[in-house]
Amino acid sequence: MATFLLKRLGLMVLTLWLLTVLVFFAGQVLPGDPARATLGNLAAPSAVQALDHQLGVDRPLLTRYLSWFGGLLHGDLGKSYSYQTAVEPFIRAALINSVKLAVLAFVIVVPLGIFGGVIAALYAGRATDRTISVTGLSLSTVPEFVSGIVLIVIFGVELKWLPVTASAGQGASALQQFRHLILPAIPLVFVLFGYIARMARAGTIDVLNSDYTRTAVLKGLPRRTVIRRHVLRNSLLPTITVIATQTGYLIGGLIVVETLFNYQGLGNLIYKAALAHDFPMLEAGVLIIGIVYVVATLIADVLLTLLNPRLRLGGSQ
Amino acid sequence: MSGSVPQPAESAVPSPVDPVAPVAPLDRTGGYLGATGAAAVAAAGRATPTRWRLLLRRPTFYVGAGILLFWVVCAVFGYMFAPYNPLAQQLLLNNTAPSAAHWFGTDPLGRDLLSRVITGARDILIITPLATILATILGTALGLAMGYIGGAFDAVVGRIVEAFLAIPFVIVAFMFVVAIGHSLVGITIIIGLVFTPLIARTVRAAVQVERSMDYVPAARLLGENSGRVMFAEILPNVLPAVLVEFTVRLGYAVFALATLSFLGFGIAPPTPDWGADIQANYIGLPAGYWWQTLFPALAIATLVTAVILIADSVEQVLAS
Repeated sequence: MATFLLKRLGLMVLTLWLLTVLVFFAGQVLPGDPARATLGNLAAPSAVQALDHQLGVDRPLLTRYLSWFGGLLHGDLGKSYSYQTAVEPFIRAALINSVKLAVLAFVIVVPLGIFGGVIAALYAGRATDRTISVTGLSLSTVPEFVSGIVLIVIFGVELKWLPVTASAGQGASALQQFRHLILPAIPLVFVLFGYIARMARAGTIDVLNSDYTRTAVLKGLPRRTVIRRHVLRNSLLPTITVIATQTGYLIGGLIVVETLFNYQGLGNLIYKAALAHDFPMLEAGVLIIGIVYVVATLIADVLLTLLNPRLRLGGSQ
Repeated sequence: MSGSVPQPAESAVPSPVDPVAPVAPLDRTGGYLGATGAAAVAAAGRATPTRWRLLLRRPTFYVGAGILLFWVVCAVFGYMFAPYNPLAQQLLLNNTAPSAAHWFGTDPLGRDLLSRVITGARDILIITPLATILATILGTALGLAMGYIGGAFDAVVGRIVEAFLAIPFVIVAFMFVVAIGHSLVGITIIIGLVFTPLIARTVRAAVQVERSMDYVPAARLLGENSGRVMFAEILPNVLPAVLVEFTVRLGYAVFALATLSFLGFGIAPPTPDWGADIQANYIGLPAGYWWQTLFPALAIATLVTAVILIADSVEQVLAS
């Protein structure tokens, strides 16, 4: 078990390092001069050059990577080009907002997705199954802004039940914040439902075909008991993994929803940073999303191993 | 694609693997079909010409194909039968609600939305299939190499793919678009490249199933080189999985392009485009101009659903 954990941790560190390389150099392919973007088109060339020097972007690429990476190791995410202050407070505030939205979406979608998947598996191949599976697949490929618009039109504009912006404003109560977050959360629920239901369905079908389920049925246990005591317990393991992998999406893929509903989250922050050529902000934001994804995946792996002794004893990957 | 009927392998015994995918516990499925689903399709779906005929018995296939055909007709002939010029501005008639003259209403510049929705099918139906074909070719080649060569090559490329997948693909795509600029060719290449690792991972999983079968060592004992084993022996057997992956990815390519357009990194105005029209008009939503965004949104939703219905039918047929 210890070796397994160490190996996983080692791989995670490697992935994280690769991620910093990818993020840094991807940030560098963005064209345009940061100083020019900050100062505007009318600034004098000498001023642009001076700011470039001050920001350090006239140094060689490798030097910049090393100093950025060195800063990261000390927990320094860098200094924003646009705001001329540390990136960290912006990232922190945006991350908290994104997490609120993500948690709400998760709380709704996880039970719903598992329920849909199990029902689909129990009726595998029949109309109920096809309806759930195809609806899930369609919902997960419809872009969030499309479902978001339909929801806004119905519940925000026509029925006027819910507010169409995500931020409740300063000093709003928790309940008000919650009301504002319902509409933005639903497109995320739509996208995730298909993934989770699919994994829950596959896991359940797998267990339904197993010998011990057959034994339980043959020894005369009622169907409900078989499903509750024998099937569900074992069928939901793979679902843990898919929930973990979607965490990255939830934290970072929110760009669209946050833009549509004008919500100050991490996605919105990255989007605006890319438009303003604010590399440190952009790199820090993307890196945070990557870290969340990698860590969530690691937790899922460890959790699965703890829950399933067969994996510990070899055979995995 | 439907013309490429994979041949059944000469030596491969029909696999005992259950068609409903047993899910590998540590499998990280980023895609919808996922690696294990594809492996199951590859293992169970030794597609024969008879099997393709099963497709014609599926009502979902007909619905999907019907909607897709409708949008293809709009893409090809839309400019001929659209009631108005999609670019013509009638500023006196801006923001009018749907009426007999303008079925879908008009936008803030007084352009007819029905015409823009019809003609907006063109670019999206040119870019997304090309991008998906590009991703499928690159991803299949990479996945074959990873699955067959294995070892250090697989480990190194696998790590890089993993790091790539840790960044949401919309972010990767829009960073590249900002770098390369949003020409039709540029966007096609970017979507193709962004989807390559996902397809590679699925193909890799399918190849690993195949590699354990007797015909692979047999081919090698006959003295076939690696390239031949990969492309002439293994590739035909993973083609069903590749085909399913292609159709599912096509749905996601529509998703990706529409999203990029919505973020302002896709097809540039004034060319009619659903995502870009939504981006331009959604500010009008609180004012009650719902038709300006709802109709393009429904266009995207129907196109995506059509592709997904086809993808699901193909998968069902191949896995049955």
